[in-house]
Amino acid sequence: MSNETEHDKEIGNTGHEWDGIKELNNPLPRWWLWCFYLTIIWGVGYTIAYPAWPMINEATAGVLGYSTRAEVAEEIAAVEEANGPINAKLVAAELTEVSDDPGLMQYATSAGGAVFRTWCAQCHGSGGAGVQASGYPNLLDDDWLWGGTIEDIHLTIAHGIRNEEDLDSRYSEMPAFGEILEEEEIVSVVQYVKSLSGTPDDAAQAAAGEEVYLDNCSACHGEEGLGDVFQGAPNLADAIWLYGGDTETLIETVTYSRFGVMPPWQGRLSEAEVRAVALYVHSRGGGQ
Amino acid sequence: MAQYVKLIALGLVTLAAAIAANYGRDLSYQVHAVLIMLIAGALFLYEVRRTDEPVLAAPQNEYLDSVVRAGVIATAFWGIAGFLVGVIIAFQLAFPVLNFDWSEGYANFGRLRPLHTSAVIFAFGGNALIASSFFIVQRTCAARLWGGNLAWFVFWGFQLFIVLAATGYLLGGTQSKEYAEPEWYIDIWLTIVWVAYLAVFLGTIIKRREPHIYVANWFLLSFIVTVAMLHLVNNISIPVSIFGSKSVQLFAGVQDAMVQWWYGHNAVGFFLTAGFLGMMYYFVPKQADRPVFSYKLSIIHFWALIFLYIWAGPHHLHYTALPDWASTLGMVFSIILWMPSWGGMINGLMTLQGAWDKLRTDPVLRMMVTSLAFYGMSTFEGPMMSIRAVNSLSHYTDWTIGHVHSGALGWNGLITFGALYYLTPVLWKRQGLYSLKLVSWHFWLATIGIVLYAASMWVTGIMEGLMWREVDANGFLVNAFADTVSAKFPMYVVRGLGGVLFLAGACVMCYNLWMTVKAAPAKEQSLATAVPAE
Repeated sequence: MSNETEHDKEIGNTGHEWDGIKELNNPLPRWWLWCFYLTIIWGVGYTIAYPAWPMINEATAGVLGYSTRAEVAEEIAAVEEANGPINAKLVAAELTEVSDDPGLMQYATSAGGAVFRTWCAQCHGSGGAGVQASGYPNLLDDDWLWGGTIEDIHLTIAHGIRNEEDLDSRYSEMPAFGEILEEEEIVSVVQYVKSLSGTPDDAAQAAAGEEVYLDNCSACHGEEGLGDVFQGAPNLADAIWLYGGDTETLIETVTYSRFGVMPPWQGRLSEAEVRAVALYVHSRGGGQ
Repeated sequence: MAQYVKLIALGLVTLAAAIAANYGRDLSYQVHAVLIMLIAGALFLYEVRRTDEPVLAAPQNEYLDSVVRAGVIATAFWGIAGFLVGVIIAFQLAFPVLNFDWSEGYANFGRLRPLHTSAVIFAFGGNALIASSFFIVQRTCAARLWGGNLAWFVFWGFQLFIVLAATGYLLGGTQSKEYAEPEWYIDIWLTIVWVAYLAVFLGTIIKRREPHIYVANWFLLSFIVTVAMLHLVNNISIPVSIFGSKSVQLFAGVQDAMVQWWYGHNAVGFFLTAGFLGMMYYFVPKQADRPVFSYKLSIIHFWALIFLYIWAGPHHLHYTALPDWASTLGMVFSIILWMPSWGGMINGLMTLQGAWDKLRTDPVLRMMVTSLAFYGMSTFEGPMMSIRAVNSLSHYTDWTIGHVHSGALGWNGLITFGALYYLTPVLWKRQGLYSLKLVSWHFWLATIGIVLYAASMWVTGIMEGLMWREVDANGFLVNAFADTVSAKFPMYVVRGLGGVLFLAGACVMCYNLWMTVKAAPAKEQSLATAVPAE
């Protein structure tokens, strides 16, 4: 190569040249070689200590007896053991009286918060404010479809809403009035429903809708539209809407009906967890 | 005679593609059948018109550089395309509203993400490797490429593979294996192209006029052979129908996962490491005008690297259904791999011994040296992340994304840019680049972009990992998943900006290369193959 230095001459090269490229005879850098040896020695030691080499029937188990599954099982057992007594206390307690025991209540809300963030946040939001566009109820307000006492919330979480997996599930079904009423009847009843919370677009239509309402809706939602928690019929007079309170959404609701479902958590979660999350939800501000 | 065989084959392919388009069961398959029908039909007509015309024999004593020129253009083109899609999906993550309703099912994040990874790895990186390997093997063997126009088949065949893969992703044709998404018929086509690539490369080495095989060619050959093996094993699948794109994988469960990550990790090891080290071993000594630091180091680190890399895949599956013994071996081999990986960095950097002053004046060399620094950094970070305890924090977080991009943008990107800056004046016979100042701009835009990208992903990845495992005094999780997503928002914006800078740098490069071809003063240069030195 054109710019061969004194140092290059001293080191020497392999004597080959490719398109002007030569290779010097520098030895392996010592630090590099020693680091390489060290990682190999460490590797041999590590594979003796931990499960590593596959044999005919099974792999070597390693002298430390390490296993990732055993490690996880130990951690879970340790947490369960530590929380065992207080979980038992929570299961045995009267739900209405838990809030009188600050230590137990503090435990229940932090456990319930973790359950909520893991299992409930997907629909109800990590803060519990719900998602109106999808009909996931807001859990922070005091408007409860199926009742807001601690027992009601516990029952809803344990057995879910409108599902066939659990015979104790909350169940009710609003008819799709598109098959029952005329279009203009639906339009007028929607105006009447809006007038219950004070915001009709058209007073004349709202007045016309009253009779339709009393004939078709009042059985569940009540003559004054205050709803009925025993059948999950929403309060129509409080200006809080599950799917939205604009005219278009209400027409859709009346025409096609709604059928919100929630899974039962009994069986998937322990009783202590169900109670904890019920107490957590109850404590978020809207509990009755 | 060969002409007639070719015509018959093209006619049959056109017909078969027309039938396939008619009976196709899904959109992706139908679009591909129509595309293949049009291409084969057009080639048929072209060949018919050429029948019995005199064919100009190519001068056998010259290098076949036209295909390398095409490769340089394709590399730059796919680079811009791949970086652009990367920037788009980075902002889609920061601002989900950019997953528009009107493009749902075509241009949402899930469809664009494999488009980005395949475009940068296979289209940009693959074209860079094919073009530079064709250039390097000719120069260092002092021989024209073997196989006549077979090299052109490799080039166009690979572009067809890219187009089929990319359009397939957008239309939903995917076998859902990371970095191996293309469906069965695209896999078969790539196999044919790759075998032709191996034939051209190996044929040229066999007919070389130099007595020895240069180190760059060892790396390039190991890359071509191993990628063939990886591709074949990871894509063993049974098509549901000959007229549909869907296929079923042969392996199931944890075995499928293990094969996938054996493939996935060695795509990094042999495509993005061994292949690009081959590029490095030619372009760094040429640009620095210095001999390679140590022949001994190159031979030891080559064999150590290719022996060790192939076992490291299980570190992608720590704490899964994979048995502990496989996970241990993956981790141990990854850590022993550290020094062999660094051998390439040392050999590259130390080649500058006696020429460090050139870094002041030559921004192209600066780019290559920086790429080696990023290479060293990510090949340290990789073994570290393979340690089970570290992995339990880093796995599934953005730290992995940061790690990949410091390697991909820093090492693969910068060394490719350096190679393109070296190749363009040589291939288009120019005295030099149009503007070294623009190369400097590119260097700084790219480097700052990479730093923003990698640093933001490290921060957000570690934060995310810590938030996921954060528990209170009773052992209960503190954060919801959505909390970690919203906490990452600022870093996602920084990452997107890093991507914009990197893309802007690549655009500056394209302008510079274009002006080099168009406006830089010409240089008389012989195309004849070199005479062996001894």
